[in-house]
Amino acid sequence: MSNKKSLVDIPTINKIARLSRLDIPEKAKDNLIKDLNNILGFVAQLDEVDTSSIEPLASVTGHKLPLRSDEVTDGNIEDLVLHNAPEQSSGFFVVPKVIE
Amino acid sequence: MSDLLKYDLLQASKAIKKKDFSSVELTNAYIKAIEDTSPLGTYLEIVKDKALNMAANSDKNISNGVSKPLEGLPIGIKDMFCTKGTKTTASSKILDNFYPTYESTVTQNLWDDGAVMLGKLSCDEFAMGSSNETAAKGNVINPWLKDKKVSPGGSSGGSAASVAARSSLAATGTDTGGSIRQPAAFCGITGLKPTYGRCSRWGIVAFSSSLDQAGPLTRTVGDAALMLNSMAGYDKKDSTSANVEMPNLMDYLDKGVKGKKIGIPKEYTQNGTSEDIVKFYDTSISWLKDAGAEIMPISLPHTKYALPVYYIIAPAEASSNLARYDGVRFGVRKEGASLDEMYELTRGNGFGDEVKRRIMIGTYVLSSGYYDAYYLKAQKVRRLIKQDFEDVFEKVDFILTPATPTTAFPLGQKQDPLTMYLNDIFTVPASLAGLPAISIPVGLDKSGLPIGMQLIAKPFDEAGLISTSQVLEKSADFKIIADGAAK
Repeated sequence: MSNKKSLVDIPTINKIARLSRLDIPEKAKDNLIKDLNNILGFVAQLDEVDTSSIEPLASVTGHKLPLRSDEVTDGNIEDLVLHNAPEQSSGFFVVPKVIE
Repeated sequence: MSDLLKYDLLQASKAIKKKDFSSVELTNAYIKAIEDTSPLGTYLEIVKDKALNMAANSDKNISNGVSKPLEGLPIGIKDMFCTKGTKTTASSKILDNFYPTYESTVTQNLWDDGAVMLGKLSCDEFAMGSSNETAAKGNVINPWLKDKKVSPGGSSGGSAASVAARSSLAATGTDTGGSIRQPAAFCGITGLKPTYGRCSRWGIVAFSSSLDQAGPLTRTVGDAALMLNSMAGYDKKDSTSANVEMPNLMDYLDKGVKGKKIGIPKEYTQNGTSEDIVKFYDTSISWLKDAGAEIMPISLPHTKYALPVYYIIAPAEASSNLARYDGVRFGVRKEGASLDEMYELTRGNGFGDEVKRRIMIGTYVLSSGYYDAYYLKAQKVRRLIKQDFEDVFEKVDFILTPATPTTAFPLGQKQDPLTMYLNDIFTVPASLAGLPAISIPVGLDKSGLPIGMQLIAKPFDEAGLISTSQVLEKSADFKIIADGAAK
């Protein structure tokens, strides 16, 4: 399995940073590459474990997620919802212009 | 020293009800202690007026004879819990202006039971760290050997240091891979991580949702029982909350350990555990044996894979959970020319290095082409780790291990991330299996720093954990107070 895993390099960092929506300064990239490769090298020891007949475990609880009825349980709290917004106007969150 | 600081949570609860002193007097003593110990940096926010109002209200309840389990007892809250109207930052720059408009279920449960809030306690940023050094406002100093400036552990470093420094009577913490138990061990106090699902996660800043669990940090096992009684409970607002009845933990004090089987896993004395810790591990085994427990050697063969599994699953879940910090609905925004640039600058500027590292790792292991090799593989090995515990719990009632491989280390060592991750080697396996576990202080190492032992129990057996750890607590008779504690 290990050979399927490529090492993290500058293009990989750029791609992952883009997917993560993280601005990473150029000067920080070398250290980040070193750290990520160390961590990925460490976790690669899982390759030793035979898991061919093992189901993945996503939750330890074992119970099914409960369903609730689809009904309105609160509302009319516009002020509270917008309370922490960095920018708001007329009851809306404001973001930089997204259409030309 | 204010005499009032000598009372632990249980003692103070009795004394307040007998009107030996008032909640306002006790709260004032703690506010003074917070001021006196402020160089330790445990509190991010102190809510003096709110605390005194809550205390006055408790005193009124007590004189009206309607006091509740935690009536009038001043506690500290880890900054991962949303507290209505009180700044909640998760020790991150990105939440430096965040004032929740709602209260987390766990803290609401505590206030409903009469507790008094002193303030918000520092932690590693978004609970990611084992030394409290990733906190945006700087590290906390461990009150033990305070002039040597050692780490209080993390991520609940402010909570543990504050309880040890007597600037709170008890504190809340959250534990994802050891964040209650490791700092409790480093600070010479008791830290209990309940079964996954015992305490509601609603209103707690999310780090890794399949692992995060809230719990108490206290001076004694009895105090942990009293706190957890109030914190725990089914909550329909958390879909993973366990609808399992919790016995009154106070009924399980002084029950002893006669006839119980304690497993000693051979895998937990490897990996360069410090000599002093190994010595106290052996002593702890003898104490339990002397108290009538049966000691059994066991094996948890997949233990060595717990850390690699954790450092795939936790960052993966974190990368998803932390996607919400986008500078749109709350938090600190950094302007950019486009929406995407605003996101990238907001997040690049708002998150610290360790958080960014984990988001990057998490995004990588979830990205197309790597998902199966890393994330799915980790989930499979996680099942094997859980299976190890299930097999062993067919034969034993509890598992005893050291809480940490070393005692508290000096601050500012600039360890590489992997070395730091190894701190959680003994606490992560129980987290991955969702099991309840407790760390309690048993002694000091040669340099005078506390040593913690960990007991792990079957799912939902917090009651057994309380009875058994209390036996260790009595045998260890650990009564030393940190030199940096409030005088």
